[in-house]
Amino acid sequence: MKRVISSRIALGVFIALLVVAPFVASAFTMTLLNNIGLATLVVLGLVLLTGVAGLTSFGQAAFVGLGAYISAALSAKVLPLPDALLWMQSPWIALLVALVLTALLALAVGSVTLKLSGHYLPLGTIAWGISLYFIFGTLESMGGQTGMSGIPSLNLFGVTLASDRAIYGLIWVAVMLGVAALHNLLDSREGRAIRALKGGMVMAEAMGIDTARMRIVVFVIAAVLAAVSGWLYVHMQRFVNPSPFGLGFGIDYLFMAVLGGASNVWGAVLGSTLIVVLKEWLQGLLPVILGRSGNFETIVFGLMIVVLLQRSRDGLWPYLARLVPVRARRLQIDAGAEPLPRRPMPARHEVVLDVRNVTRKFGGLVANNDMSLKVMAGEVLALIGPNGAGKSTLFNQVSGVDTPTSGSVQFRGHEVTGRGSRHIAGLGMSRSFQHVRLMSRMTVLENVAIGAYLRGQRGVLASMLRLDRKEEARLLAEAARQIERVGLTAQMYEPAGALSLGQQRILEIARALAADPCLLLLDEPAAGLRLGEKQALGDLLRKLRSEGMAILLVEHDMDFVMELVDRIVVMDFGQKIAEGLPEDIQNNAAVLEAYLGAADEETIPDTALAAGAHHGQ
Amino acid sequence: MNLNIVALLGQDGITNGAIYALLALSIVLVFTVTRILLIPQGEFVSFGALTMGMMQNGQPLTVAWLLVALCLAACAFDLYDMWRTSRRRPSLWLPAKLVYAAVVAGVALSVNFSTLPMLAQIAMTLLLLVPMGPLMYRLAFQPIASASPLVLLIVSIAVHVALVGVALLVFGPEGARTAPFTEAALELGSLRFSSQALWVVCVSLLLIVALFVMFERTLYGKALRAAALNRMGARLMGISPVFAGKAMFLLASLIGVMSGVLIAPLTTIYYDSGFLISLKGFVGSIIGGLVSYPAAALGALAIGLIESFSTFWASAYKEIIVFVLIIPILLWRSLSTRHVEEEE
Repeated sequence: MKRVISSRIALGVFIALLVVAPFVASAFTMTLLNNIGLATLVVLGLVLLTGVAGLTSFGQAAFVGLGAYISAALSAKVLPLPDALLWMQSPWIALLVALVLTALLALAVGSVTLKLSGHYLPLGTIAWGISLYFIFGTLESMGGQTGMSGIPSLNLFGVTLASDRAIYGLIWVAVMLGVAALHNLLDSREGRAIRALKGGMVMAEAMGIDTARMRIVVFVIAAVLAAVSGWLYVHMQRFVNPSPFGLGFGIDYLFMAVLGGASNVWGAVLGSTLIVVLKEWLQGLLPVILGRSGNFETIVFGLMIVVLLQRSRDGLWPYLARLVPVRARRLQIDAGAEPLPRRPMPARHEVVLDVRNVTRKFGGLVANNDMSLKVMAGEVLALIGPNGAGKSTLFNQVSGVDTPTSGSVQFRGHEVTGRGSRHIAGLGMSRSFQHVRLMSRMTVLENVAIGAYLRGQRGVLASMLRLDRKEEARLLAEAARQIERVGLTAQMYEPAGALSLGQQRILEIARALAADPCLLLLDEPAAGLRLGEKQALGDLLRKLRSEGMAILLVEHDMDFVMELVDRIVVMDFGQKIAEGLPEDIQNNAAVLEAYLGAADEETIPDTALAAGAHHGQ
Repeated sequence: MNLNIVALLGQDGITNGAIYALLALSIVLVFTVTRILLIPQGEFVSFGALTMGMMQNGQPLTVAWLLVALCLAACAFDLYDMWRTSRRRPSLWLPAKLVYAAVVAGVALSVNFSTLPMLAQIAMTLLLLVPMGPLMYRLAFQPIASASPLVLLIVSIAVHVALVGVALLVFGPEGARTAPFTEAALELGSLRFSSQALWVVCVSLLLIVALFVMFERTLYGKALRAAALNRMGARLMGISPVFAGKAMFLLASLIGVMSGVLIAPLTTIYYDSGFLISLKGFVGSIIGGLVSYPAAALGALAIGLIESFSTFWASAYKEIIVFVLIIPILLWRSLSTRHVEEEE
């Protein structure tokens, strides 16, 4: 077995190299290192945006330009300021102004594009990247296309950072702070919410995550990082013109993220280093080989990205990680953490869910027709019916994924019809999905912790600054408790994708429980489970029921249903055809006809029993 | 602003709009069938225009080597796939591709096209460049056809970036402006319409109608639409997604190259001009929500007109106006779609 290096040592070596560099490197290397640092800042934002949240932007270069131009306009005294505001000409104040303005602009652009599906954001960023580039070129007071010089150097504690060697430290401190902030963010409650965006809106919203807000937050963070890079750049160059902020550079930044590995924070450093160095090298080499001048490195970069994405979607970071194996740090669980507060449970037999006359039409198709049902606290209600009967549609109406055409849904006395699943989740309804929706690369522990999202409050900034550790410990302890409860403790640190389908279903229940619900909606929880697992699931649900939980489940395994549930509602063709105790349903003529085509002497549980001869082992 | 100027700007706007409409249609077609946003659509345009320019200047048609290179690479990919899946019988397409590339490149490199009639030049341009579409699909997209739209988009951008570099290498930094198809002009009172503008509008309309007929009336067209609606279902019905992808890319390259040939006499095209042109097609297709053909075409026409009139009023801000326009359109779309989105 290969020797594994601890992550602390790897980081220490990296920082030591960074510290030594300015004392040994040539002037040319220093310029290169500065450019790598500046690019890394931008690419960090793209890693968060593209690799983690599954969004993308080609317009990051425009945000870099925004930071650069705003700071240049203020510090080079282009903007005529009244005497009272002359203090704003300090580059440090300009940085603040640039960050605030960039964040506001990103907020505006983001709120327009981010609500739309995947493709509008990149197209929007292309269009707006081009527009901003042209606008920079029309600023006559800042030299138009030719640009403007005379921008002051930065001054830090009385030291002027005029040379490449001097500003190097500031650039790389900014990079390392950015890396640390993103690393901290991803390892937090809000970070898990951002990572859950890739799992689809329905799952994230059902866990109470405001996906639209999360997308905008990510977009703003990426824009702000780009603006910091632009600010550093303009005070390093002391000259500004539009060309480094064009769309081509925006595409370069995206290539850096993809090449390095957009799913890892360190991929940003790797990708930026490779592209900056390669570009430098190819720009010298290719014109000599081809015998003419021009930016031919684009051919190499383009082909490289095509080949890379055909071979490995995760970029080069995983290859590097294999060469130099660094031990991943496990999340620590503090068993002594103070338990999270629990919501007051409704009194036994209180009606928790009241579905009244819900009808849902899709064009001419009536998927749910005048459906009514009630679920009480401390009761398990099964919703059964043949495939296509409309059970999952009803689940969607109840959980707020869809809005009924008519009728109402009341949850704990609140009218929740069409209120959206996030709102409903906040009231204490939690669900599992018929088709498992887990983040397959996140560990079991992290997946379950997503369920506890609404039980924490600390935000993005607190997470970046590690001010959330106390709450985080409580959230993880709660997740671990639920994992133990469903019997997955042995798999706690495995990626969810490595579990069997049955275990994944159990994991979804643990995730739902982490939300501290008073109503559980389970969509076919027993499908794909082995007998022993089914029995364990039955025991778990019985225990939850005895604690006063209300459970509504859709299930096809009649054996499982008849043994467990208190009442049954049977649907066929979108309508309720029967409701009652399990024994009554087994002998109900309408139910038999729905399942078997016509009434005959055999009852459902008997066929189910015949199919499952192992019963009672 | 008098009537003459309005007519002039309108004529400009409609000719450009017709080209944008063609590109918008092609973008929508490719997107619905393959989920690929075809950013390199613009390169077909610039390659088409620049190849025509190359011929008319009597330069050797070095772009033929690109066809040869792509064909060789595609054959290598085919052979690799055959070896990997241990399928022994080679398809007839493999030698056919090589023969085609050899013959077309041979003719292109040995004949001087500058003295031949315009029709021969156009035919040669199409023969050289249209196969680039399916070859591009084979090489860049077929191996990752099932990837997420985001990955497909990044590959699409990468192909675009590489092709711009290739265009600079093959055609050089000089722009091309070709001779018009016919010299005649149409005079209506004091208004003068250039014949090239009429050519553009007529050929565009013809192509749009042909596309409509193909998709509405022929079995292949219906099969492709089926593939767009439901890939899995279409596949079960025996419609190969590879065939659908290549067919769409063939259409896209045909439309793109034809657009380039049409527009080259009206405006100077450089190696990197294609992107901005196709981007306006994109804005048009966004108006159509990337799914509706008529809305995309009308949107693109509107873009052409807005662009031409903003040239008159605020020429420095021409590009800005067109692209900032996308923001209210997106805003309107985001407000009008109620959104229960499920990613694939």
